[in-house]
Amino acid sequence: MPLPAPRLLLLACCWLPVAALADSALSTARQAELETLLYQDCGSCHGMTLRGGLGPPLPRSRMNAYDRDGLAALILNGVPGTAMPGWAGLLSEQEARWLADHLQNDNPLDE
Amino acid sequence: MMLSGLRTHLTAIGLAALLAGCQATPPVEPRGTGDLGVVVERATGSLAVVDTSERRILTRVEGLGDLSHASVKFSRDARFAFVFGRDGGLSRVDLLSGEITHRVMQSGNSIGGAISQDGSLVAVANYEPGGVKLFDSQTLVEVAEIPATYRDENGEAQRSKVVGLVDAPGNRFVYSLFEAGEIAMIDMNGEAPEVTRFPDIGEAPYDALIGPNGRYYIAGLFGEDGLALLDLWHLEEGVTRILPDYGRGEARLPVYKMPHLEGWSVAGDEAWLPAVGRHEVLVADADDWSLVERIPVHGQPIFVMSRPDERQVWVNFAHPDNDVVQVIDTETREVIRTLSPGEAVLHMEFTPKGEHAWVSARDSDRITVYDTRTFEVLATLDSESPSGIFFTDRAHRIGL
Repeated sequence: MPLPAPRLLLLACCWLPVAALADSALSTARQAELETLLYQDCGSCHGMTLRGGLGPPLPRSRMNAYDRDGLAALILNGVPGTAMPGWAGLLSEQEARWLADHLQNDNPLDE
Repeated sequence: MMLSGLRTHLTAIGLAALLAGCQATPPVEPRGTGDLGVVVERATGSLAVVDTSERRILTRVEGLGDLSHASVKFSRDARFAFVFGRDGGLSRVDLLSGEITHRVMQSGNSIGGAISQDGSLVAVANYEPGGVKLFDSQTLVEVAEIPATYRDENGEAQRSKVVGLVDAPGNRFVYSLFEAGEIAMIDMNGEAPEVTRFPDIGEAPYDALIGPNGRYYIAGLFGEDGLALLDLWHLEEGVTRILPDYGRGEARLPVYKMPHLEGWSVAGDEAWLPAVGRHEVLVADADDWSLVERIPVHGQPIFVMSRPDERQVWVNFAHPDNDVVQVIDTETREVIRTLSPGEAVLHMEFTPKGEHAWVSARDSDRITVYDTRTFEVLATLDSESPSGIFFTDRAHRIGL
């Protein structure tokens, strides 16, 4: 008989911190949601491949022009005078840091 | 036994291939296309060809490139779909055979396109390099390119992203320049395209629409309040500002997704439109463009689309309220139904006479078909990351 779902989840939560110390409290499920948010929702302006649209492209080189916390702050506060909104109403600081980290280190657009 | 079965099968395939090789195109069963349509599957870069009578997916067309934010127009005979990919790919798809008949990579980054009144030309709005390209709709051979050039505040020549490209009566195209703050019109009646420019329309037009009779072209401005209107019956009057309170406003919420203006509906004498950054659908008088009413809704509206008989308006919403569709009665102006078609509802399309509505839910990998009278779910179809839904009756509608 398979493990009941809540117990499985608990098990997953226990194992996670070892793998991801930097963002230890973000569940794998939340990380998956953030990844969807990045490519689908940020992607509606920046392109699903991050090559840009009405918003500018987000290649790895450009993302690494910021430090991680600076990039996270930009995501949370937006860019005044442009269409880039502040995401603070939807994302925690930790989640914004996860996105910044992803854009800097796991970015598929290696340009 | 199994082996011989396989061999027979292979022989049959070989024979079929041989037969197919003798013909210019694969055999196509004769049928009309009036009840066909396509659904863009953005993650896989494919197109599902759908039958709205049988409510099923007939075939899938793959190899269309990056279809995030892709849009589709139809040929005048409603047999071919022109697919505008984000990566600058322009493809011509035969709905009957499910084949890509022509495909060109025509820019680095594009947003959409239009087909001319006479059906002979396809125009594409490009972000990179900014401008409009025109193609022969039969062959996709490039006919003309109109760069969207302008001078920035330092007097230097730049190219602007092109948005809101539509066809207009008189074999014309109208579009807007995002960075330049301009509306432009291409007249295709002479030997060469003739371009008329309307500068200083306002800051950052982000999308536009043309009304169902092709008279008014209206651009939304991201950079300031109000909308820019061009009356194509009276070009001499230039561009005027309407609905001055429409737009950013003072207490606007962050805009997580730009509303689409294509979904704007004109029902009777009223225009129904999505408020920017507010949880409201706005109703405006389509004669003097005064604001008639603000209808509170579930979230920031993206598409506000009227059922063809104009009795209902269906609304979907921006992230994070995008798991709901609301239906408004246009007479009472009240929300009469809240539907839950799935996660990340991106688009809706009515069947030509409006008895059904098809709704795509990207993160639920599902298309739901509703009866618009009873709101009963008639069918759910599996589709990976579905976004835009386009039915062939658009072939015969101005601006679509």
